[in-house]
Amino acid sequence: MIKYTKQHEWVAINDGDEKATVGITDYAQKQLGDIVYVELPGIGVKVNKGDEAAVVESVKAAAEVYSPISGEILEVNENLADSPELINNDAEVNGWFFKLVPSEESELEELMDKEGYDKYIGDLD
Amino acid sequence: MKKNSNKGLQVEEPLIFEQSSPGACGVDFPEMEISKNKLGGNHRVKPIGLPNLSEPAAVRHYLRISQKNYCIDSGLYPLGSCTMKHNPRLNEKMARKPGLVDIHPLQPQSTVQGALELIYVCSEWLTKLTGMPGIAMSPAAGAHGELTGLMTIRAALEDRGNPRKKVLVPESAHGTNPASAQMCGYEIESIPANSSGRVDTEKLLGRLDKTVAAIMITNPNTCGLFEDQIVQVADAVHEIGGFLYCDGANFNAIVGRVKPGDLKIDSMHLNLHKTFSTPHGGGGPGSGPVVLSKELADYAPLPFVVKTDDRFELIESAEDTDKKPFGRIKGFHGQFGVFVRALTYMLSMGSDGLRQASGDAVLSANYLLAQLKDDLSISFEGPCMHEVLIDDRFLKDTGVTTLDFAKAMIDEGFHPMTMYFPLVVPGALLMEPTETESKKSLDNYIDSVISLAKKAATENTKHFKDAPKYTPRRRLDETAAARNPILRWKPEKNSKNNSR
Amino acid sequence: MRYLPLTTDDRNKMLSEIGVGDIEELFKDVPNDALLKSAIDLPSHKSEMEVETSITSFAKKNKTTNIFPSFLGAGNYSHHIPASVDHLIQRGEFLTSYTPYQPEIAQGTLQALFEFQTQVSLITGMEVANASMYDGATATSEAVLMACRITRRDKIILSNGLHPHYNEVIETNSRHLKLSIDSTSVYNKKALCELIDENTACIVVQNPDFFGRVQDFTELSETCHQYGALLIIAVTEIISLGALTNPGEMGADIVSGEGQSLGNPISFGGPHVGLLSTREKFLRQMPGRLAGETVDEDGKRGWVLTLSTREQHIRREKATSNICTNSGLCALAFSIHLSLLGEDGFTQLAKINHQKAIDLSKAIESLDEVELINETFFNEFTLKLPKPAISIVEEMANKGVLAGVPVKRLIPHDIDMENMLIVAATELTTNSDIEKFVTCLRETLS
Repeated sequence: MIKYTKQHEWVAINDGDEKATVGITDYAQKQLGDIVYVELPGIGVKVNKGDEAAVVESVKAAAEVYSPISGEILEVNENLADSPELINNDAEVNGWFFKLVPSEESELEELMDKEGYDKYIGDLD
Repeated sequence: MKKNSNKGLQVEEPLIFEQSSPGACGVDFPEMEISKNKLGGNHRVKPIGLPNLSEPAAVRHYLRISQKNYCIDSGLYPLGSCTMKHNPRLNEKMARKPGLVDIHPLQPQSTVQGALELIYVCSEWLTKLTGMPGIAMSPAAGAHGELTGLMTIRAALEDRGNPRKKVLVPESAHGTNPASAQMCGYEIESIPANSSGRVDTEKLLGRLDKTVAAIMITNPNTCGLFEDQIVQVADAVHEIGGFLYCDGANFNAIVGRVKPGDLKIDSMHLNLHKTFSTPHGGGGPGSGPVVLSKELADYAPLPFVVKTDDRFELIESAEDTDKKPFGRIKGFHGQFGVFVRALTYMLSMGSDGLRQASGDAVLSANYLLAQLKDDLSISFEGPCMHEVLIDDRFLKDTGVTTLDFAKAMIDEGFHPMTMYFPLVVPGALLMEPTETESKKSLDNYIDSVISLAKKAATENTKHFKDAPKYTPRRRLDETAAARNPILRWKPEKNSKNNSR
Repeated sequence: MRYLPLTTDDRNKMLSEIGVGDIEELFKDVPNDALLKSAIDLPSHKSEMEVETSITSFAKKNKTTNIFPSFLGAGNYSHHIPASVDHLIQRGEFLTSYTPYQPEIAQGTLQALFEFQTQVSLITGMEVANASMYDGATATSEAVLMACRITRRDKIILSNGLHPHYNEVIETNSRHLKLSIDSTSVYNKKALCELIDENTACIVVQNPDFFGRVQDFTELSETCHQYGALLIIAVTEIISLGALTNPGEMGADIVSGEGQSLGNPISFGGPHVGLLSTREKFLRQMPGRLAGETVDEDGKRGWVLTLSTREQHIRREKATSNICTNSGLCALAFSIHLSLLGEDGFTQLAKINHQKAIDLSKAIESLDEVELINETFFNEFTLKLPKPAISIVEEMANKGVLAGVPVKRLIPHDIDMENMLIVAATELTTNSDIEKFVTCLRETLS
C-alpha cells in the first residue's frame, strides 16, 4: 500500500510488515531540480505525524520532509549521502529516505491514495 | 596539456598556490638578530604551505584575475535591491587620510576627538535625513543592523515587562529579515502580498495581537513599490504596543524626500554601501547604522558618541550612561572607514544633491518601466520607485527561462538584473538602474532588453541556452560544486584529478 | 552635481516618455503629508576641494600612530601594508563589483575568495574556511552559535583570556537563544579543563590571549572531546600564526579570528575582516559564504558560490546565520598581503614582531616599579604599573607617546585590573620608539 501527502511525501507499507518506508514523490523531485544534499533523521528518533524528519536540498532551494505518519525511525537510506541524485533518478523506489515503525496505523487512512494524489498534483499545475 | 592557453587579452590564470617559486618573496625585511623566544615551547615546527612569490608575480596574478570581473566602473549594473551606483573615488581618498586611517580604536579619547566628531557628524546627517532621534552606529552591515534594531525593540519590550513572541514578516522581504528575527529569539509569521505587490494590510492587521513584538516592512519594498498603507500599519502595531521595523535597504529611493520618522517607523537600518555610495567590494565591507524612534533611542547598543560642552565622548560601558544599552554587537566602534566614505558622499551631494539623486533614481526606473512595458511583462502597475519588477509571463511558451534571459544579457555586455527575487512573482527579473546612469546608457540597456525579448519570442532558444558565450567562463556546474564541495586548494593532489 | 549624469533636458524627455509632468508625480504613493516639498535642512552640495577640506579638519584633530610612537594592540595592530595591496584593492573590478552571484562575470572575486579560504585554512590548520565574517568578535560569536547547533547543547564557557569585546558580543548574541554563558575568571588550561562537563557545547579560548599569554591547548581539546564538547580558539593577532603552533594542531574544532593585521589599516577599529575555519565534518553548520570549485560547460575549471542553502536568502529563518554582506574587500587585502609575504615572509614577519616585543620587554626591565606579568608572549604583553594605567596613558599621550591599552578601559569592573597596561610591538616599532616609551614612562611615574 502506498499513500501520499499534500507535502509530496510517500509512505509505503506492505500488509503484515511492521515497518513503513518514506520518501518524496517524483513530482517533488522535479520541482526541486538537481538534488545535492539530504539531511536524514537519527535512528531511534520518535517522530509525530507532520514533524520535520529530513531536509532535501537542491542548489537553490531547501525543503523540509515531514513524516507522513508517527513512529520510530528504524533505518535511513545511507546511499543518499554519496548519491543524492538517486532521488532525481528514482524518487519512489531507490530514492527512499527512511523506514519507521508506525505507532498509529490509523493515520495512514487519512492520506491520499495514488489516484487522489495524481488528481491533487494535476490541480496544482 | 598545452602550457599556454592564453589568447590576446583572455588570460588563463592559475591559482596562486600553483605559482610558488621557492625562495621568492614579495616583501623585504631588515636584517635583525633573533634572541631566544618567549613562546613557551609553542613555536611552530611544521611548514604552513603558503606559496612564495615575488612582488611582480603577485601583482600580475591579482591584476589578471581582477580582469575577470564585471563592475560598476565598467558598465551599468542593474541588480535590483542591491543599488549598484557609482562609487566616488574621493570617498576612497578620504578614508585613507593620515589622521583617520592610522588611528587606533583604543587610543585615549582625548587623542581622537576628530574621529569621534566625525562619527557624531555622520550620525547627525543620518538622523536628520531620516527624522529619527536615536541611532546605533556600530552594526557592520544591513543584516547586522536588522538584528540590532530587533534587539533594541526586544530590550524596550523587556523593559516594559514582556518581550512578546513573534515578528510578522512579509513574503517579499529579504531573507535576512526572518533570519535576524530568529536570532533575536522570535517566531516568524509570514504575511502574503496583495495583488498590487504590497503587503496585504487586511491579513497583516488580522494577525496583530499582544504576542506581536514587531512588524518588519521593507519600504520601498522589494517589488519596487512604496507601501502606501505604512502609516496605518504603524498606528495599528503601536495600538497593540508593538513596534514597526523598516528594512531601509531601499532608502536610496526616498532619501531627501521622505523622512521615515514621518511614517511613524520605530527602527530602520541604513545600508551605507547602498544609499550612501560606499563600494560593495565584491561583497563587503558594509555598514548598517540603525536609526531609532524616541521610544527606542535609549536602548541602542554600546558604544556610542555623545557631545558634551567641550568634547566628544565615546560611551563604552553601561555604567557611564543613564541610558539602557542592550549590550555590544561588534568589536570596537563600528565600520569607521565606511563612515568616512559615507560622510564624504553626503557632504559632496548635500541635502539638495541627495534629493536630486533619489528623484533621478526613481525617474530612471520609471523610464525603464515605460519603455519596457510593451515588450516585457511588468508585474505591478507604476509608478514604481527605484526599481522595476518584471515576471516571466513574457517568456511563456518560448522555452527561455528567467535564468537564460539573464545570462543572455551578459552577452549583450551588461550585468544581469536580479533573478528570481522577490519570490512573490514567478521568475522575477528585478531591475534597478540607479541615478548614476546617463540617458544614453539607459537607452542602450533598454534596446538590448527589448531586442532580447523579441528574440525570445521569435527565435529558437539556442541563443539563450548557450549564453553566456563571451565571458571568461561559460555556465558553471553549480550542482557538481554542491554535491562534491571543493572549498580549497590542496597540495597533495591536483584538484582536477579529484573524483567527481 | 558631479555624480549625477542626467541633464535637465534628459529629465524632461524621460518625464514625457513616462507621461508625467514632474518627478514629484512619481511619488504619488507616498502619503501627502510625509512627502517633503523642499530639501531637508542640511548643507548643500560641495566641490571635491571643499569636501577634502572638511574631512581633513577632522583628521587634523587626531594624534596618529604614524607620528607618535604607538604600543596599542588588544585586538587591532599597526602593521606595514605593502603599497601594492592598496593599489590592487582599489582596482574598479574588485572595488566596485557586487557579491559574485553571476559567476561567469565574477571569476576574479570568486578565485580570490577560494584562495582566501585556502590561506585561512592553512594558517589556522583547519580543513575549511568561509569567505569571511564582519570582524573577529562577530566571527567568534558565530562560532559559538555554530558549536551549539553541532552539539545540540546550550552551555558555553568563555576563558578569562578572551578579548572583553568578544565576550560581550557573544553574551549579547546568545541572550535570546536560551544559551547559558559562563564567563569564567580563569584562563589557565588546567583550570578550564575542570569546568567542562557533558552539558558543555563549547569552550572559547584565545591564543595569544587578551593579555598576550601563549598557551598550548592540546590537553584542553582532548578534555573537550572526551565530553563531546567543542574547542573554539580565537586569534586576534593573525601574524602570530607565523610563529606559533596553529590551533588545528592543538585540536581546535573551530577557529575564529580577526584578520586585520594582514592588509588592513587599523582605521579606528573597522572595517576589518572576521575569519572562521573548521573541520570538514562541521561544514553544513558553518555560517557565511563559500566559494567552491567546479567546471563550466566547456570543462574549464572555475568557481561559484556554493552550499547556499545554509544561507538566509534561501533558508530564511532556518539559515545558519543572518549574515549577508561580509568583508569581501578586506578579505582580498588580507589575501594579497599574505601572498606577497608567502611562507618565508610570513614566518619572518612573525619572528620580527616577536623580537620587537622581546626588545621592548628587556628595555622595560630597567623600570623597577613596572612588572611584566607574562611568562610567555608573542608581540604583546601586560604590564603592572604602580599607578592606575588610564591616567598614566593619558599623561604619556600628552607627552607624545601612545603607550598602550589600559585593561580597565575594557574591563571596568575588575579592581585588580586598575594598574594593568597591555602593550604591543610590531615590525613598525623602532629602537627609538622603545627608548621614548621607557623614558616617558619613567618620567610619568616619577
